[in-house]
Amino acid sequence: MDYFLTEEQQMIKDLAAQIADELIIPHRAELDETEEYPTEILDAVAQADLFGIYIPEEYGGFGAGCFEIVLALEQFGRGCTGIATAFAASALGVYPILISGSPELKNKYLPDVATGKKRAAFALTEANAGSDASGIQTTAVLDGDEWVLNGTKQWITNAGEAQIYSVIAMTNKKKGPRGATMFVVEDTDPGFSYGPKEKKLGIRASSTRELIFKDCRIPKDRIIGRQGAGFITVMKTLDQSRPGIAILGVGLGQAALDESVTYAKQRVQFGKPIISFQAIQHMLADMAIQVEAARALVYGAAKHIDAHPKDMSKVSSMCKVFATDMAMKVTVDAVQVLAGYGYMREYPVEKMMRDAKILQIYEGTNQIQRNVIGQALNKEYS
Amino acid sequence: MNIFVCIKQVPDAKDVRLDPETNTLAREGVQSIINPYDRHALEEAVRLKEKYSGTVTVISMGPPQAEVILREAVSCGADQGILISDRAFAGADTLATTYTIAMAIKKSGTPDLVLCGKQAIDGDTAQVGPGLAERLNMPYVTCVRKINDFDNDTLLLERMMDDGYDELEVQLPALLTVIKEINTPRLPSLKGKMKAKKIEITTLSAEDICADSTQLGLTGSPTWVVNVFSPEFTGERSMITGSVDEQVAQLTEKLTELI
Repeated sequence: MDYFLTEEQQMIKDLAAQIADELIIPHRAELDETEEYPTEILDAVAQADLFGIYIPEEYGGFGAGCFEIVLALEQFGRGCTGIATAFAASALGVYPILISGSPELKNKYLPDVATGKKRAAFALTEANAGSDASGIQTTAVLDGDEWVLNGTKQWITNAGEAQIYSVIAMTNKKKGPRGATMFVVEDTDPGFSYGPKEKKLGIRASSTRELIFKDCRIPKDRIIGRQGAGFITVMKTLDQSRPGIAILGVGLGQAALDESVTYAKQRVQFGKPIISFQAIQHMLADMAIQVEAARALVYGAAKHIDAHPKDMSKVSSMCKVFATDMAMKVTVDAVQVLAGYGYMREYPVEKMMRDAKILQIYEGTNQIQRNVIGQALNKEYS
Repeated sequence: MNIFVCIKQVPDAKDVRLDPETNTLAREGVQSIINPYDRHALEEAVRLKEKYSGTVTVISMGPPQAEVILREAVSCGADQGILISDRAFAGADTLATTYTIAMAIKKSGTPDLVLCGKQAIDGDTAQVGPGLAERLNMPYVTCVRKINDFDNDTLLLERMMDDGYDELEVQLPALLTVIKEINTPRLPSLKGKMKAKKIEITTLSAEDICADSTQLGLTGSPTWVVNVFSPEFTGERSMITGSVDEQVAQLTEKLTELI
């Protein structure tokens, strides 16, 4: 379908597609196998200026919005969810600074992120705090001109690879969620280290590790926004970033559909290509319908979010749920279409199926998203 | 450093086929690309510019649609593009081509360095680089695989040979032709694409370059292509079997028959 992109939007899409076709797809199986972080590919993405799409021009970026980054992420997601996750996680890590950071923090960090010289990561999840963000146990205590952080963050994408970390910690436990504050931690800060690399089912080219803060001292001015406003910043960040996860589902679904149709045209059984059988045709048709419907929803949601509406959370969650549930279903169906071959690592669809699962889990499980949507509806109709 | 890079629009090698009726290249529906070796020349020029500062000018001789590759080169880091285009240039062989490009370069500036790909993947002559150097009265090195340093107007470089490589020093101004081992060409950048969209490509005609018309196009080309054809496959093959001694004896006999 033609979504009538502007010339600039088409440029972003074409450039990301070229990177996916020439750099990502040829290396995705190897990086999945070796679980290596895609540094060289991300360097090429940086050279192509794509890390700066959503960063304002005054900080060296392109000054575009959610829709434009969605266009790039769709193509990266078509190439490899793991590599695309490494790219997307940097945006997630820098959104808190963009949304609530002081001019000094923006000046200090955004230009290097825009050029891709530095990458970012977002640290919310802990052993006892994920869906329930108010269960955070990491603390930050002001000591003179420094904040002292203690605690551990879990399953942090880009951990060990990023140089800039947006971290939420409790500065006043008594106040619950209103006692949480966000900070910028740099990779070289004293008392900051990482846990071992996690072994994952999918997105194995991305890095997932613990962040360990042991009397980690950072300057006082590394606070993002005001004290106690960390939870609000987190929610606003996730509202912005969820269409990015949703579109990874669309890119992945498209890749699974492409592989399925190509295979079904080549695979001959009972003397005919299997695409000529109605059972296969109907599966492919359902896959194509779902991918296109999800794309339309995510594109619409991203444009809606760029207008800064009041119901941003609901729309953001709606597109995340729909597109990532779609990706799971379509990739499972792709393995079914390729059948025995689809189950083998020689073909890319088994990886796609493994990769799809995380999309329903990270940046808020799809169950939590439905809570958000339900609560918004309850409010809307009162 | 003022660098000129010569680039050529060629049919994508993945799509090349001959029209069986006319025995000429079937260009309809075939995608055109920057000659792959020229991409490496462009990348090396951009790297030199980034390291030592200067400007990179891409220049191409071809029909008006070759403007596309000049814009693509700008999106990959070139500063400006020049298209040498005129009906009078049609049918040029490498002699007429080097004359035309040399006249255009002389008209457009005084390069410190001219970079070319080793050869174009359509004509495959590898003559334009050296020919152009002669016309520009510059020293040249072909098949450069690495530029190690630039100091005091001198490039230190490595030239690929059949049995190794030579280390050479070349005083600028000079012309180099490069091989694909020299670098990995970058993809376009978003800012580059924006610039390429807006930039004005200079077009030079035969008149603009003050050319002698007898040295242009078909008139200025002593090379005449009489026919282009796909060779017919006539070879026969047979398997030699038996013990090693028997196979050697059979092979020797067959080779002797041929002498």
